[in-house]
Amino acid sequence: MKKLPNITAKIYPATLLISLLLCWYLITKIELVPSFMLPSPGDVLMAFIGSFPELMYHAKISLTEAFVGLGISIVLAFLIALIMDRFEVLYKAMHPVLVVTQTIPTVAIAPLLVLWLGYDMAPKITLVVLACFFPMTIALLGGLRSSDPDALNLMRAMGAKQWQIYKYIKLPSSLPGFFAGLRISVSYSIVGAVIAEWLGGNSGLGVYMTRVRKSYAFDKMFAVIFLIIILSLILMKCVELLEKKTMPWAQVDQEQESNF
Amino acid sequence: MNICPNKLETQNICKYFAQELIIENINIYLKENELVSLLGVSGIGKSTLFNVIAGVLVPESGRVLLNGQDVTGQAGRISYMQQKDLLQPHLTVLDNVALPLFIRGLRKNEARSQALRYFKDFGLDGTERKYPSQLSGGMRQRAALLRTYLFSHDVALFDEPFSALDTITKGKMHRWYLNLMERINMSALFITHDIDEAILLSDRIYIMTGPPGIITQEIIINEPRPRDDHFLISDAFLEYKRQIIKILSI
Repeated sequence: MKKLPNITAKIYPATLLISLLLCWYLITKIELVPSFMLPSPGDVLMAFIGSFPELMYHAKISLTEAFVGLGISIVLAFLIALIMDRFEVLYKAMHPVLVVTQTIPTVAIAPLLVLWLGYDMAPKITLVVLACFFPMTIALLGGLRSSDPDALNLMRAMGAKQWQIYKYIKLPSSLPGFFAGLRISVSYSIVGAVIAEWLGGNSGLGVYMTRVRKSYAFDKMFAVIFLIIILSLILMKCVELLEKKTMPWAQVDQEQESNF
Repeated sequence: MNICPNKLETQNICKYFAQELIIENINIYLKENELVSLLGVSGIGKSTLFNVIAGVLVPESGRVLLNGQDVTGQAGRISYMQQKDLLQPHLTVLDNVALPLFIRGLRKNEARSQALRYFKDFGLDGTERKYPSQLSGGMRQRAALLRTYLFSHDVALFDEPFSALDTITKGKMHRWYLNLMERINMSALFITHDIDEAILLSDRIYIMTGPPGIITQEIIINEPRPRDDHFLISDAFLEYKRQIIKILSI
């Protein structure tokens, strides 16, 4: 019963995707755009297979940067969100500043980071952190601050200590927000790493991208773009699985709803 | 030592919010195994009084005595239950119910096995591993009641616990509750604005009027327990109701 609507829901986007690919193919087939400008889907696939070992080598570097950055962001987001939730003064002081940091265009500060931190992984990881920690902090903070005041009151009446309130009420109720933030952040993390690599370094998907662009190997460019898309999708799926694993009760809620 | 000590007693409690007197000179008591209701219209300060008794609010004057001991402003002694069941969606029913024991510092297994002992009595058999969202409104209130009971066995406060339920479920809960009270020892103070509920469940009723909230009258319901549905349509019941309506409409 449950599977059926799922499959029909997937038919629509699949149809759209296939027609878009078909359009692309036709455009290259009738040479509406010269083939050195826009390679055909087949060329891209061949380039992908042909340069697969290279792609994997660079992907490993980019993914490492993305994961380290993401890990640091998660720790940072938890710490900042927790102290901002605990101390109202800090919330008032930091919230606007956090919002402002988000208006700084990452592409603009990437060269500065390279200048300051060198050509190694440090500037890339820093950029990933800058891009990722904000959506997670805000989502976590939203979750922490939206706890039911009546529930908190009851916990206090039961004699709960501050850490117990966090353990039993606040942290669990902030998890849905956290995962919403994490889903956005994983895709930011890869893009962040790639952008940072454009501006300097010896390896990584961004470096590879710059290299193939300079040699006008557009088919390889597209291959990298698709690889980035695939990686992002896989990571988002992983977050989804992790979310289901950590929040079994949310599953139950959904089933409950579909029963009505 | 009194011969028949009060389980719970408040002495001259006054509470202000922003210079405004909310409740004035509240003196009420609750004896062992007694069920006492606090009846009054909404916004009269019933919940404020409850928060004072629960120790979440500190009164400007007056004392709260639990078993003769001064517990004014001390949270963690007397539990309460509201119309919102406040079950945590991320905990199983068992863990929700055992939450007060976790808070007290009991080991998880110990707390769970203590809680499990009461599942049958509270009609919660088979719900242990479920999540609150899988339970009906009435079942959730039972779970909330068990949580309250596990927190403080002897005295519990109920803030309109059944008012969010539909009339039929509410009637069922009343019968179930009266039945349960025959089997467990619990002194309870009920807040309600439902006159029928107050008469059906209580040994005594305090009537609160205001503002500021003061106790205007105490009515003793002389009717043996367990009470059944016949009491609800008896002349005695209607006489009590008439009396209360008269006081409230002054």
